[in-house]
Amino acid sequence: MTEQQQAELYLEMYVFESEQLIGQLEAILLECEKSGSFASEAVDEIFRSMHTLKGSAAMMQFACISEVAHAIEDLFYALRLNPLDSDSFGQLFELILTGLDFIKAETLKLRQGHEPDGNAESIVAGIKSFLDYWNKAETEREYMAVVFFDEGCQMENVRAYNLLRQLADRGLEPLFYEPVGILEGEDTVDIIRNEGFKLNLCSASPEEDIRDCLHSIAFVREVQLRPVSHLQSDSQVTAVADEDFKETASQYERRDIPAQTLISVNVGKLDQLMDLVGELVIAEAMVTQHEELKDIASDHFQKAAVHLRKITGELQNIVMSIRMVPLATTFHKMHRIVRDMGKKLDKEVDIHIIGEETEVDKNIIEHIADPLMHLVRNAVDHGMENTQERLAAGKTAIGSLTLEARNAGSDVIILVRDDGRGLDKDKIFNRAVAHGLIIGREQTDMSDREIFNLIFLPGFSTKENVTEYSGRGVGMDVAFKNIENVGGSIAIESVKGEGTVISLKIPLTLAIIDGMNVRVGNSRYTIPTTAIQESFKPRLTDTLVDPVGNEMIMLRGECYPILRLHEQFGKGERGGNLNDGVLVVVEQEERRLCLLVDELLGQQQVVVKTLPAYIRNLKKINGLAGCTLLGDGSISLILDVAGLMDTNGAAKGRLHQGILKRE
Amino acid sequence: MYNRLDQEEQHEDDAQKDKYLTFALGDEEYGIEIAHVTEIIGIQSITEVPQLPEFMMGIINLRGKIIPVMDVRLRFRKRFRDYNDRTCIIVINIKELSIGLIVDRVAEVISIPRSDIVPPPDMKQEGSRYIQGIGKVGEQVKLLLDCDELLNYYEVESLHEAGQHNTGG
Repeated sequence: MTEQQQAELYLEMYVFESEQLIGQLEAILLECEKSGSFASEAVDEIFRSMHTLKGSAAMMQFACISEVAHAIEDLFYALRLNPLDSDSFGQLFELILTGLDFIKAETLKLRQGHEPDGNAESIVAGIKSFLDYWNKAETEREYMAVVFFDEGCQMENVRAYNLLRQLADRGLEPLFYEPVGILEGEDTVDIIRNEGFKLNLCSASPEEDIRDCLHSIAFVREVQLRPVSHLQSDSQVTAVADEDFKETASQYERRDIPAQTLISVNVGKLDQLMDLVGELVIAEAMVTQHEELKDIASDHFQKAAVHLRKITGELQNIVMSIRMVPLATTFHKMHRIVRDMGKKLDKEVDIHIIGEETEVDKNIIEHIADPLMHLVRNAVDHGMENTQERLAAGKTAIGSLTLEARNAGSDVIILVRDDGRGLDKDKIFNRAVAHGLIIGREQTDMSDREIFNLIFLPGFSTKENVTEYSGRGVGMDVAFKNIENVGGSIAIESVKGEGTVISLKIPLTLAIIDGMNVRVGNSRYTIPTTAIQESFKPRLTDTLVDPVGNEMIMLRGECYPILRLHEQFGKGERGGNLNDGVLVVVEQEERRLCLLVDELLGQQQVVVKTLPAYIRNLKKINGLAGCTLLGDGSISLILDVAGLMDTNGAAKGRLHQGILKRE
Repeated sequence: MYNRLDQEEQHEDDAQKDKYLTFALGDEEYGIEIAHVTEIIGIQSITEVPQLPEFMMGIINLRGKIIPVMDVRLRFRKRFRDYNDRTCIIVINIKELSIGLIVDRVAEVISIPRSDIVPPPDMKQEGSRYIQGIGKVGEQVKLLLDCDELLNYYEVESLHEAGQHNTGG
């Protein structure tokens, strides 16, 4: 390994670790903000993380990052020693978040291959000045001392006066003392003798020094000294604070993750492992289903084959599960977004997260993080009303946004639910007409769903004012594309005035799908089983041809377009025979299409492989999602049903698919 | 340690220097830099992939790896010839891309020193851009292929298709 590669490897590790740490820090900080205080576990945790960030940044010689991390570390070091009063909490909090944002931005620069060149001076200076101010406020502590003089020393009032003089010489001027007027009245002697001489001091010196100082004065027998804090002077407040503290502490205990049992692995290695296991599965099928072994009637062989299949199956499951990552990190990022947006837009929004432990393939998480962020932003920006509007509509003042994930068969459903103003059908429709996104349709013919789906079209935005967060009309369509790219779908439900639910349906994994293998001429294709509705032998009497030559079939009173795969994928000649062939009805987003194939070969799980890079660079093939190896070593091409519909919809069935004008 | 590895690498480089794998298309003999060649396999069943240019025959399964195959005859706009048992697929690897080249037959590996290579005559013809030089071996000449150019496919060839499909989508 050359030095260059070594450095790149370190950088990659550094960026990865930093991003993880930043994510954890944000989660802890937001939790702290909610509870309004820093629990000591949280302080320790933040201190440790900052220390790590600082150390690794210094090692990589990213000075600006390590400076900021160092400053924040200092802050928390001080916080470990002195508790913080509630006034400065907000200020401190903003400081820390700004610092963390800075580190985050610089780390992002690194990930994108730039040098971290941000200027950390203002942040560091901000933290320094806060720390100075706070040190002064905190270290000049107030102490209450009760001093008893030696028994029988007489003239306690004079002794007390002397003590005050001596303290003054040492720069310790008492704030006040009791009893007052010690030299005037004789009765003070008794009070001092019985109750002690009480005085309040203000000093930056530690408690021990003051105690020693008081003891060193003549005739002082006993000194009771304790620091005074305004919190502690009120015992009730102390009790409440203690309870708060216990509560936050227990929250952290639950989040404890046994770190030593985890290792981080390069995703590239996992991909490789998965490819290998995929090949193993195919090789296993090649051996056990070998032509020449078919006739061997050996129990031993059968047993061994079953055993092998079982092991490869388990191996495959394990490898798949390694790649599964819980949605928690993705979801928790939304906390921050919602908080920041709420502050900026002056809306109060509470975010609830359900099912964050649901696991999804890592590749998929990467694809859905951005769309999810767009959806959350849109919900807060467009969906949520501000407090006055909410109260006027008879709702709770604080809006609620729920992120929910759950498993549903081989899919994961993610719901983004808000209780905002809901979608306005008329507005959406008019907007879409104004932007030329729909032509020749009446609002009354369109279902609610169809109208809502208009917001995913490129160039659509209902918000008049473009805000910092959303409203530029990009985003929703990009979100939609991203979700579609991983084979997922989006559906919207909304009731005006009550809220909106956007549900994403995402496959658990991209790597293995259930497929139906079909034969078309000499080629084999695999159709994802999830898209298949039914298949049947067509009757010629049910088919129609329109003047342009488009074929259609009547099925239970509905008319569906027919796509001959021979024609689509052949060299253009009209192949296939409706008499002998089989029609497979596929559905995607409520659009249906009948595919004409020669024969159904059977259903099996297939390992999805992408087409070779050279071919992908050469040309994007419409209607193909990838390829897979069959048991006999031959290759089958996997159909992309959505792609087929688009080509078919564009070239042919305008009659059926002409609703949406899509570029 | 590194030095020794470097030396070995150097050594290997030396061994591959000026070496060409020669193959035939009809009467002409071509040469391809040996450093690009991964392996040579016999013709095997090819899965056709739709919508590709004519010279891309499809994809093959090479021990679990799926690689595309190109018919060099068709690439050079020659007549298609049926494959027989002498037909070979030369698997080359360029810039991390593996691709198989279908040729009529593979001849041998020969050494052509740089001094024996002359640049191709400047013919303003489309086909000549695949040739990076002409090597003299005894009485014969070999056309030395520019693999990068062979794989590049754009320009005029794909223009008419670009009009029909929005590849950016």
